[in-house]
This record gives sequence, C-alpha cells and structure tokens, in this order.
Amino acid sequence: MTEKLHGYVEKLKQENADWVTDIKDELGEVTVIIPRAGIVDVCRFLRNSEGFDLLSDLCGADRGPEEEPRFEVNYHLFSTTHHDRLRLKVLLSEDDPTVSTVTSLWRTADWHERETYDLLGVKFEGHPDLRRILLPSDFDGHALRKDYPLRGYEPYSMN
Amino acid sequence: MSTALKDIPSQFEVMDKPLESQMTLSMGPQHPSTHGVLRLDLRLDGELVVKTIPDIGYLHTGMEKLFEYKKYQQGIVITDRMDYLNPLGNNLAYVMAAEKLLQLEIPQRAQVIRVLTCELQRIASHLVWLGTHALDIGAMSVFFYCFRHREKILNLIEAASGGRMTPSYFRIGGLMMDLPAGFERRCKQFLDDFPEALSTFETLVTGNTIWQSRTQGVGVMERDEAISWGLTGPCLRGSGVDLDLRRDNPYTGYETYDFEIPVETDCDVWARFKVRMREMYESYKICRQALERLKPGPIKADAPKVVLPDRDDMRKHMDSLIHHFLIVAEGFNVPPGEVYMPIEASKGELGVYMKSNGGPKPERVHFRGPSFVNLSALPAMVEGEMIADVVAIIGSLDIVLGEIDR
Repeated sequence: MTEKLHGYVEKLKQENADWVTDIKDELGEVTVIIPRAGIVDVCRFLRNSEGFDLLSDLCGADRGPEEEPRFEVNYHLFSTTHHDRLRLKVLLSEDDPTVSTVTSLWRTADWHERETYDLLGVKFEGHPDLRRILLPSDFDGHALRKDYPLRGYEPYSMN
Repeated sequence: MSTALKDIPSQFEVMDKPLESQMTLSMGPQHPSTHGVLRLDLRLDGELVVKTIPDIGYLHTGMEKLFEYKKYQQGIVITDRMDYLNPLGNNLAYVMAAEKLLQLEIPQRAQVIRVLTCELQRIASHLVWLGTHALDIGAMSVFFYCFRHREKILNLIEAASGGRMTPSYFRIGGLMMDLPAGFERRCKQFLDDFPEALSTFETLVTGNTIWQSRTQGVGVMERDEAISWGLTGPCLRGSGVDLDLRRDNPYTGYETYDFEIPVETDCDVWARFKVRMREMYESYKICRQALERLKPGPIKADAPKVVLPDRDDMRKHMDSLIHHFLIVAEGFNVPPGEVYMPIEASKGELGVYMKSNGGPKPERVHFRGPSFVNLSALPAMVEGEMIADVVAIIGSLDIVLGEIDR
C-alpha cells in the first residue's frame, strides 16, 4: 500500500540525495526525516513536481528534555489530485530550535507555525509575523514543553 | 478586493490612497456574530475593510497539554469540548487514531452506527451554521426552524449516548453501548420529516433576493488561493475543488455508501452556502443507507485488554473482572508509533496527530482543527469588502472557537 509513497521518496532522493536522512514506514504512513537546511527545498519540490499542493497540518512535538534532538516539527502534506499523504519530519536540538518557514509556499503555514512557536518555542526563520497566537503575548515559557508543569508556575493573571 | 470597490455607485467618490480618516475598530470578543470569543482588529477606510487581524486564544484551555496527562480512554471526553457542534466527529477522529496505533478491527455494526450518528451530527452542525449565518445577515426566523430540527437530532444523540452536546459515544475499539430500543424507529421518523424541513429552509432563504445579494460575489477566494490557505471541507468545495475525505481517504466504510459530493465554482459566500445545503441532503441519504444496514452484532472489538468487558461477563468470568480493573486503574499500553488520522468533519478536515511512546498515556496529541485553518484565511477574504459583509463571511466559514483555541 505504501509503494506509491515510497515512489515519491525515491524521486526526492534522485533529485538530491542529501535531502533524505531517514525513512520510516509504519501503519501505512511514510515519514521522511529531512535535514533542517533542506525543508523548504523539499517542500517546494514536492509541491511543484509531485502534486502535494495542500499542507494539511504542521505541528511540533517535544520528545522530552533529556532527548537529543529534543524537538521535532511534522509537516503533513496532502494532494488534492492524487489524495496521497506524506509526513516530513525535521529534528531540532534544544540549543537552536530554529527552522526555515514554509509560509512562502503555503499561506496556511502562517498560523500553524505561530502555534508551534507559541506552545513549543520552535522559531521559524523568515516568518512574516511570528507572534504568540493562543496564549497572551506576555506569557512566560512555552506550555507544551514536557518540562513545563501542567498547572503552570504561578496563578496567571491577565494584569 | 476589486469586487466590492466596483459595486460602489459612481456618485460616491472612492480614493485610492489611504485616508487620514482610517479608523481601527475592535470587533468582539463579545460580538454575537463572531460565533464565540473571536476578536477582529479591523482597519477601516469608511465602510471598506483595509486590513483585518484576527485575535484568538480567549478560549484556550490547554487541551493538547491535558491529553498528555490523561489515559487514552480519558481523552475522549476532552474532544467533545473542542468543536462542540460536531462532538461525535471529534470523538471519531480521536478514537480512530488510537485504533490505528493499536491496529484494532472494529465490528460492522459499530462502524454503521458510527457513520449513522456522525452524519446525524453533521446535519445538526450544518443546521446551527444555517441558523446563525442567516441570523447574522438579518433573517431571524430561519434560526428557530433550524434549531427546532437540530433539537430532534440532539434528542436522538442523547437517547444513544446520554449526552446532548457532549456525547463521548465512541470508545477505543467500538462504542460506549448499543443503540437503545426504539432508536431506529425514532431515527426513521426524523428522517421521514427531514426532506420537507430542508425544503422549508430552501424556501426561507435560497430564493430570497436579499439573501442572494448579500452573499453573491462576497468573500471570494479562488481555487488556487483556497488550496494555499489550506481550506478544507465545504469552504474548499465552494471554491471548486472536488475533495471529500469520505470518498478520497475513506474511513469507517464510507467507500461503500452511495452519496454525491457537492461542488460549486463561484468561490463566494453563496457557493459555500449552496454546498452546505446540498450536503445536508447527502448526509440524509447516508443516514438512510446506514439505517438499512443496521444488523444485530457485536459493537466492541475483540480486544479484552483494551475494550471494557460487559457487566454480565464481569460477574461470571474472573479474567473479565481483572481486565476491567486493569483498564480502569492503569489503562492500556499502546505500541509506540505516530499516526495522522484525518476525517471529514462537518467543517473540513479534522486531523489527529497522535504519538505514543508505549505507555498508557499519549506522548503528543495534536488536533488539526478545520475552523482554525479556515479562520486563518479570513483576512484574505474580507480585504476590500464592506464591514457589513465581514459577518456574512465569518458565517460562511462556519467557525467554532472551541476548536480554534483548544
């Protein structure tokens, strides 16, 4: 079932072998791990040549403070023509959780990236308006990080 | 942008350069037509909207954080409170993500009931959209007709699950319980009346010339732009993209049902309106087919370590009692892995990204809410429109703030 998805990854490799670090195939979904520097080029190639025209989701995840690399950003690509889905994953270290923005390719990445920045503290380089989106602008810390306590540090007031 | 400008009669002078008289209007968060607690920062030039900045987060409750501290089965009740007009859709996406990680096989009857109740919920969600959308534009009576019929659906859902707005009806591996006696008869009764109700709604709004002139050519978003903004569901189909995950990435056996996918190419508020009106009829068709397919059978998967045993079994079998205790007290372990489970909710693609590290609690749950993404396209839609059309466009996006803020 996933042969077709592997076909896209093969094309990706043919285009530039440096773009693919690792491939995971589990539960009918293919995840391609992309080096941080290549994400915009990979997305542009997949969008323009392979028909993945819709960025259906972009979300970050924290693997835990002791993990290295600590953060991951998942790009869920979807095609409105052939209806296949592909997950791209970028791994980021805690010291420098920065990745290039894909807002130039998909306008929808704007709010997804803001949300990821807000809740996990992943910075998107080149984003036109990287502000907090769900939490107040004076909120301290990033709430979805594993080392952020569930109830926060102190009673939060709007003042 | 040009659509609204060219509609202005020539006796009104329109200046190209920004006026000193530009004003900023803060609309919401308590404004009734923002459908919840949404605040819009509108930069106005007379009555024209120059720029819009949506301000969200008033309803943020940290649900995604909460999932990480709850067992898998405890997360279901949180999903009810996201898109509170389509709670069964949220339940379905969440339990299906967990089922995919566990690789459970769901029995036929449970699948049919899932389809039946989800389609009823979709009709209910669309009825709220129609009522409030019409109310925003100024047609007040539609609201009462819509809510009367929505109440009938909520009664059906209450009969099945015990909850009107927060059913939590689906469980990982099947359903909470089987449909009650007489459900099929009541459901048939509702469905028999529904086409007539639908034609009442059509009579109330569709042919109304005021309605048409308020919606046609307003909030235009062309096909390519809509894809770039990530619109899904009726909003995308209103922009001429033939995409429905029930057909294109089928789940829960939707591929075996016979239904059409309404697509409109006008790309405006009117097109999105027509798509949703026709979708209600398609949902009605699916409900009819699902009712015919309801055959007696198990409603829970054969997975004793995941699915709660029947009460009766617990009295007779020691192992059922042990399993029950373990599931409730410790939860069940889910094999490590990550999935992205998209479904076609009433507002668009509802995707659940779930990551497991092998324990009884998920490591990360992310909800890709269709309202969140559709709202992000609002500034592009309202730019250059009249301020009165802003509420029409918000209504056509069918947003629910519970899902946007999570």
